[in-house]
Order: sequence, then structure tokens, then C-alpha cells
Amino acid sequence: MSERTARVQTPWEVFIRPRRGLSHQHVGSVHGADADMALANARDLYTRRGESVSIWVVRSDAVRASSPSEKDPLFSNAADKPYRYPEHYVALNEGGSHDG
Amino acid sequence: MTTTDASGEEGFTEHFEALLAADERIEPRDWMPDGYRRMVLRQVAQHAHSEIIGMQPEGAWLTRAPSLHRKASLLAKVQDEAGHGLYLYSAAETLGVSRAELLDALHGGTQRYAATFNHPALTWADTGAIAWLTDGAAVVNQVPLCHTSYGPYARAMRRVCQEEAFHVRQGYDVLWSLCRGTPEQQEMAQDAVNRWWLPAVALMFGPPDTTAGGADDRTAAMGAAVSRRSMAWGIKRHTNDELRQRFVDNCVPQAERLGVTLPDPAIRWNEERGHYDFGPIDWRLFREALADNSQCARQRLAHRVAAHEDGAWVREAVDAYAAGRYEEGQSA
Amino acid sequence: MTVSRTGERTRDVAAYALRLGDDALVLSQRLCAWVTNAPTIEEDLAISNIALDLLGHARTLLAYSGELDGTGRSDDDLAYGRTERQFRNALLVELDNGDFAVTIARQLVYAQYGLLLCTALAGAGDAGLAGFGARAAKELEYHRMHAAQWTVRLGRGTAESHRRMQAGLDRVWPYAGELFEADELVERLDADGTAVAPARLRADWEREVAGVLADAGLTVPAPSWHATGGRSGLHTEAFGPLLAEFQSVRRQYPGGNW
Repeated sequence: MSERTARVQTPWEVFIRPRRGLSHQHVGSVHGADADMALANARDLYTRRGESVSIWVVRSDAVRASSPSEKDPLFSNAADKPYRYPEHYVALNEGGSHDG
Repeated sequence: MTTTDASGEEGFTEHFEALLAADERIEPRDWMPDGYRRMVLRQVAQHAHSEIIGMQPEGAWLTRAPSLHRKASLLAKVQDEAGHGLYLYSAAETLGVSRAELLDALHGGTQRYAATFNHPALTWADTGAIAWLTDGAAVVNQVPLCHTSYGPYARAMRRVCQEEAFHVRQGYDVLWSLCRGTPEQQEMAQDAVNRWWLPAVALMFGPPDTTAGGADDRTAAMGAAVSRRSMAWGIKRHTNDELRQRFVDNCVPQAERLGVTLPDPAIRWNEERGHYDFGPIDWRLFREALADNSQCARQRLAHRVAAHEDGAWVREAVDAYAAGRYEEGQSA
Repeated sequence: MTVSRTGERTRDVAAYALRLGDDALVLSQRLCAWVTNAPTIEEDLAISNIALDLLGHARTLLAYSGELDGTGRSDDDLAYGRTERQFRNALLVELDNGDFAVTIARQLVYAQYGLLLCTALAGAGDAGLAGFGARAAKELEYHRMHAAQWTVRLGRGTAESHRRMQAGLDRVWPYAGELFEADELVERLDADGTAVAPARLRADWEREVAGVLADAGLTVPAPSWHATGGRSGLHTEAFGPLLAEFQSVRRQYPGGNW
């Protein structure tokens, strides 16, 4: 539950599962004074053409971000660890692409 | 070289410039120069307002569409424009302004929209001409903006572009049917193309920023300075005049196939340049439209303001209802 | 004997589909006028979505009617080629839009009726109507939800929105009864299960709508006069201008190609 009362122009972040087997993906934001309104607005705005299996809306002020900037110390430790990726190692087959 | 001040702005500037140099996107919580923020905001807001005001000339024909199929496709198109406006307002909000502030700026005339829409839509054929020419021009502008440097704007533009292709085809299709109809229908189509061609060529691409297309040196130099700044920041990717040429090159063969004449006797293929030549643009017309003093411009804004004011009691009700529910939740 | 009864039933289904198609067509036309005039841009989008759904319903039903009535008229022929007295829509859908509350009240009345009717039609004997009912019910369910949520927000919003919402309900209420009227046509179709007599849906409709109004803190309007006439082509004076606008371009260019 968010701290403050919502208004007609309170922003909500919208997440859509485009089809089964995929996770919800952030697509943008909408306004809404309550979750019902935000959901209805998200449906009308983001699913006019596309198939969508489900929609989540989350109040934008309820999102906790890892740092005030996108230049983020939280992820700097991931930058120089090539050993986390398969390409770092010798290929299992001739082509070297997918290991099947 | 300047020394780094206490706020550490020097390091931020370097980081910002490095992101641009690497063709990376700038995201909302990144530090950015004020000038960049203002320029992106002005462009995104103007773009959003253009979508919303742009609903009016075609929206006026929704109740009169001459077949149920045309009515459905026009409804879908006008609805998309509302949607595009909303995508873009969301992108603008990431720069720290609220929708209410953006709408106030539109209604108060301190932020602009594309002056093209200050022309009246007089006949059914205008819905075709607007979609083919104005939206066609918008697509030429927008495709490069899918790679613009500000992340939320680029993402909004990718959505817009995916949907916009349908608009241009839809408009062309309206004219296609008219051009294959009765002589009166053909005349209506040609008349609409006559009236919407110049607004699209002149007003959808902004002022001249090279000496191509009829601008005098001073005007071109002013335009060029703005475009250079915008291009250095990766907001724009091409000059206005490059995009204008691309649009003309697209339209000439389409008009031939359609069977209408573009109202510019100077249009002809230039083998040497590999482009169509076209007549110099009457920039006086451009400036007059920018002056916001036409009868139609006043009407567009008055329509928008009336809708907003008539709806004030509804928005107040929504806020009051939400506040009441919140209090109920608190006391429970 | 069997042949003529089959022929009669086909003509009955055509007439029934025409009524429902005209309801959807005229309401869609009214909603089109909201686009660019709604209280928020979000509502421009929501109302145009609903108008688009209703237009789809109208096209399906009018095309079906024209196919069955033996004249071979298309959906466009029926929509653009008839005159005022030949339209069979209920008067409710042709009422002026009024303010947003009147439109929402009309949407609540219509969408709740349409949802119940289409749900029932989905199990009807006529395959064309059943197929239509199953598809349309899903969309009308959403329209009902949209109207119900707005009714509650306006009913429990400010004093002004409460007053307007109640006035909107009072305005449209006398036009609700016509939706449920019985006549020989619907009774014949109901008797053998080909289609549904809307009178059978009335109790459910009243209960559902009363539930929304209770949530909204609004009063169910007292029974008063009851408008009627649309099903026999006797419309309100507002209908002539509506139709003139709707058909104007097509009539100005006879023999045109659209």
C-alpha cells in the first residue's frame, strides 16, 4: 500500500505479459486514481492491438530504485566478471555457437 | 580546463558526454545538462500536444464517415493519436513535469503543437490527405527518433512508429477509393491534396536549417544553429531539410500511382542529385501559421480548453472519491 | 407448411438482428461525438474503444439481417440507405449525450442489458445470433465494468458529481423499459428458442443495476412515464439530425466509391 492518497493524475508503472511463458515486461506508465482505473487505462493504452495475457500496475512512487542515478554502484561488480558467461569458455562444438 | 567544483558537475558532464559518444541512451535519473533537459522536454511536449490537437481535424469526421469500414478505421486511427499523446506525455513526465503542467502549457499557449493542424479539414477527402501527407511526414520524422538519445522518448517513438504505418496506408486507401470513384469524388480528393501538401512539406519538418528549399541565408543559419545543438546531443539525427527531401521523394511516386497532382509545378526528378526537386517554400506562410492568429488555430485551442474545463468536475470527483476511499482505509 | 414457417422464422431473425444492430449503430454514433471532448485523454481512448466495439456489433448484425431478409443489402446499405422511420433502435441510444454523467448512465443501462442479452443469445437456437452473442458478451462485460466504475466514482465523488450522476440516471431511466418490451416478433422467436425475449432478462437487469447504484450511494429512480416507439420506427426529434449527419457524405456523392 502506498503512503499517500492517489489522484486522477497519479502515475502507475505498467507491466504486461505478452504471452504465456514470458515474464511481465515494463511497457510504460499510465495515470489512475485507483488500481481499477490504472488497469483500465493500461488496457486501453497498451493492448489495443497486441495479445496480452495479463497486466500488472504498480504505483510509480512504490518502486524502490537501487540508486538515484542509472550509473549504479550496485551493478558495477558485474561488469568485469566474464566467467559468468558461456562465451568465456571453450566451445562444445565446432561452430562454437549454441551447445544444443 | 575547468576545475571540478564541489558539486562534482565536471565528472557528471564527462559521464553524460561519454554516454552520448558511445551512442548509449540517457535515462531519466542520469545527470543531464539543463539545456539538454529543456530541449528534450520542449520537443517531446510539442510532439505530445500535436498528437492531441491532431485528433481534432479527423475526429470531426467520425460521425460522417461514408461507410462503416471507414468509420471503424478512422476511429481506430484517432484513438491511436490519443494513445500516442499519452505515450509521449508519459515520456515527458520522466523529466520531472506533471501532465497538469504540460496541459496548462498547451492551453496557455506557452508550448506549441504542429501548426499543420491549424488548417481546417473541410471535406471527407481531408481525412485521407491528412493521414497520407501529414502522417506520412510524421513517419519520416519519427523513424530516426526511435534512436534518439533520451531513452523514454526513443521507447515511446518505437511504439508510435509501429502503429503509425497503418495511419499512412489508411489515408492513402481513402484517397485511392475516391480517385477510383465518380468525377466529383476525384475532384474532392485532388482539392484536399492541394490544400494539405504545403502544410505537410513546410510545417511538419520545421524551419529550414540549410539553404536548400528556399530559405535565405540568415533564416537558414538560425535554423542550422538549433539543429546542430540538437544533433550534437543525439536528440535529432538529421537536418529538417534532409527529412523534407526524403518526404518529397516518398510522395511523388505515390501521388502518381494514386492519380493526383501534387500542387507544385517545380517537382521533377533530378538525375544528378538523385532526388526530386521541388519549388521554394513560402516561409511567410510558415510564419503566419506560427503566429497562432488564424481563426482555425483559435478554434483548435478553444476546443481543447473547453473539453478540459467541461471535464473538471469529473476529475475533481475522481480525486475526491480516491481520497474518501483512502480515509476509509485509514480508519479501518 | 414447414417451408413457410422456416421462411417466416428467417424473416423474424432478420428483423430481430436489425433491431439489435440499430441499437449498437446509433449508440456508437453518439459515442463518436465524445472523442476529443472527454474529461481526460484516457477517456477519449476508453470511449472510442467502446464505440469501436459497438460499431463491430452493428456491422455483424446488419450484415446478418441483410443476408436473411432476402434483399441482399449490405451493412452499409442498411446503415446509409434507410430513412428515419425505417430504423428500429430503442430511443435510449439516440438520446443526446448530455454531460459525462448522462452518457455514463446511458452506458450503464445499455451495457448491463446488452451483456445479459448477449449471454443469453450465446445459447440461442439461431447459430448466427448465438455466435454473435458469445463474442459480443465479452466486450459488453467490459463496457458494463467501465460504466459501473464511473457510476460509483461519480456517485461517491463530490456533491456536484453526485448530483449530476443522479440527474443522469433520472434522465435516461424512462428509456430503459423499452429495451425489455415484448411484441409478437420476440415472442415468436422466444417460443421456439431461436432467440431471446428481453423481458426475461428484466429482473436480473434490475438487480444488477440496483447493486451498482447502491455501491454508488445513488437512488434507483422512481417509476414514472415510459418511453416507447423506436422498435416501430417512431423516434425522438433528436434522431433526424443524428441520421442526417451520419449519412451526409454518402448521400452527397450518389454512386460513390468508398
